[in-house]
Amino acid sequence: MNTTYWSWERFFEALPIVLDGLWMTIFLTFASFAFALIVGFIWTLLRRIPIKPFNWIVTWSMEFIRSTPPLVQLFFIFFALPVIPVIGITLSPVQSAILGLGLHYSTYISEIYRSGIDSVGKGQWEAAKALNFSTMDKWKKIILPQAIPPTVPMLGNYLIILFKEVPLVSTITVSEILLLANTYGSRNFAYLEPLTIVGIIFLVLSYASAFLIKRLELRLNKRFDKNALAKSS
Amino acid sequence: MTEPIVQYRDVYKSFGDVKVLKGINLDIHAGEKVAVIGPSGSGKTTIIRMLMTLEEPTSGDIIVSGENLWKMEKNGKEVRANEKHLRKVRGDIGMVFQHFNLFPHMTILENCMTAPIHVKKEDKHEVRERAIQMLERVGLGDKIDNYPSQLSGGQKQRVAMARAVVMRPKIMLFDEVTSALDPELVGEVLEVIRDLAQHEDMAMVLVTHEMDFALDIADKVLFLDEGVIAEQGSARDVIEHSQNERLQSFLSRFRA
Amino acid sequence: MEVIPQVAKGLQVTITVLLASALLAYLLAFVAGLSKLSNNVLIRKATGVYVEIFRGTSLIVQLFWLYYAIPMLFGIQLGTNWWIGVIAIGLNYGAYLSEVVRSSIVAVDKGQSEAATALNMSSFQRMRLIIFPQAVRMMLPEFGNYTILILKSTSLVSLIGLHDVLYYGDIIRSTNASATPIVYGVILVFYFILALPLIWMTRKGEAIAKKGAASS
Repeated sequence: MNTTYWSWERFFEALPIVLDGLWMTIFLTFASFAFALIVGFIWTLLRRIPIKPFNWIVTWSMEFIRSTPPLVQLFFIFFALPVIPVIGITLSPVQSAILGLGLHYSTYISEIYRSGIDSVGKGQWEAAKALNFSTMDKWKKIILPQAIPPTVPMLGNYLIILFKEVPLVSTITVSEILLLANTYGSRNFAYLEPLTIVGIIFLVLSYASAFLIKRLELRLNKRFDKNALAKSS
Repeated sequence: MTEPIVQYRDVYKSFGDVKVLKGINLDIHAGEKVAVIGPSGSGKTTIIRMLMTLEEPTSGDIIVSGENLWKMEKNGKEVRANEKHLRKVRGDIGMVFQHFNLFPHMTILENCMTAPIHVKKEDKHEVRERAIQMLERVGLGDKIDNYPSQLSGGQKQRVAMARAVVMRPKIMLFDEVTSALDPELVGEVLEVIRDLAQHEDMAMVLVTHEMDFALDIADKVLFLDEGVIAEQGSARDVIEHSQNERLQSFLSRFRA
Repeated sequence: MEVIPQVAKGLQVTITVLLASALLAYLLAFVAGLSKLSNNVLIRKATGVYVEIFRGTSLIVQLFWLYYAIPMLFGIQLGTNWWIGVIAIGLNYGAYLSEVVRSSIVAVDKGQSEAATALNMSSFQRMRLIIFPQAVRMMLPEFGNYTILILKSTSLVSLIGLHDVLYYGDIIRSTNASATPIVYGVILVFYFILALPLIWMTRKGEAIAKKGAASS
């Protein structure tokens, strides 16, 4: 291991190299988030199917995915899927990353959807029934417009959480910032500077996005103030 | 009569720009039962909250048993009271709240025992006896091991009163104690207050909207209006002989 | 079917890292959570810096950073990587949980503190007897959830060479590729079995939190 301490020279040498991976990190954040949004929606639909054993299977499948490590899930998808007899499929590292992170976080996203739906007051459902809305109209005009706004900041927070999970995929050879930092480190026997750069990138970006989400939340609260009235009545 | 147990001297209180109390002067004597009535927002609750040290007066003095509650001497100068001073002076005061404020993580009995044991350092067994006695007196002897969440509003408020009385206060403050209750539960709480008023020699200050009840048990009635005591005297004087128009219109709303 | 006993060799590391880092995280959570409510600006600011740094970056980055930096910056070998894993996970989740501690204390209904004052409690008694016990009840579900997150994150320690279940799995995979699906399947089931009591405790905690505290 390197015995010299901090070097600014190495810091500025490593900076552009590590930053090269930033687009991959950001791309994976949004791609796996989009995937999680869709799969989360499917979970939510599946959970509403009122067949007991089926419901039980769905609930515990979600529980299983949520309470086991995403790192192992990534390894399963990347290393194990290709060698499973008959159905074996080989996914690229990037595809595996999106599938793995997206699937893991879909279970959390589904929970957010559910809390959004639960937040719509009972009176609203009854009113929709009393007004004889079709199922489609009920969801489109009454439930979703009220269920979605409160979930937006929660979803935003999960986007940031997911962003911080992306470096896990360096372990399945995706060239994002952590992998590039580690590569620089092993080539130059100096990990401290590149890893510090990665840390700084995360700090800056996660706080910038947390700030944006807070502003979005404020604006949504203003626009959807009516919801509060609807809930209390 | 002897020296009053509580004196308010020219007490003012503002919340931000809102002046809630504008010069309160008031004497409360030992054992006296005082009812404070008046429209909402007139500052009734603030008067007793300052005595309980939950709000600090903006100016003026509150004297409890000869000691200034919110001020103390330090190096010959009068300074703002610290916690030690507040605790010393407020030791004889107890309070019952509109929303009960029972401790939800303790049983009914523990609610009544925790302060005598930890604050007054009294003997556990003696406190237990006293607390059970008091809970029996308010009609909850069979509930001592229940948690507050298992009780009705009226029962909770009776526990809250027992909890306060077990501390043996010389002054008890009641802050709209029936306002949060369902109408059918008000009676049982008023019964307990009446019992305390008749059999305990502590002073009581009731902020209340239960007009008939207040006038019935009070030695003295204060009518608070726009931050000042607009009228005070015996119940009969205030109700029957007062010329104060706002008081008459206020009372007429309860006599419909 | 030698996969199960092979992988099970790593259970000891997985479980000890889980217990030690959870314990460290809880400890830091209370220290930092209470410091954030301190009257002393310096203590509040310093705690804020700790919390923001560890919540604002990734655990895996913190783990690697500590792994390389601690021996280098301090010129000491912390002895084993076990400690580095525990410290990284503990620091990370301690930061998250300190927010849970802080917000739970703040969330105890103001009436509780007023009732305590009316019973002439000191501010210390108020905290110890009334506020804190209720805040702890409110924290339970979140502590349960975060403990499951801690369990999941213990899999990272294989990346700094600790011999946990994932490490042994990787070894089998590198020698016998066809066993890979079974290996990672078994490891996932291991983690799930470890998670089950935590899931159960979290649900219990939710029930306790619901009835044992007055929140505003």
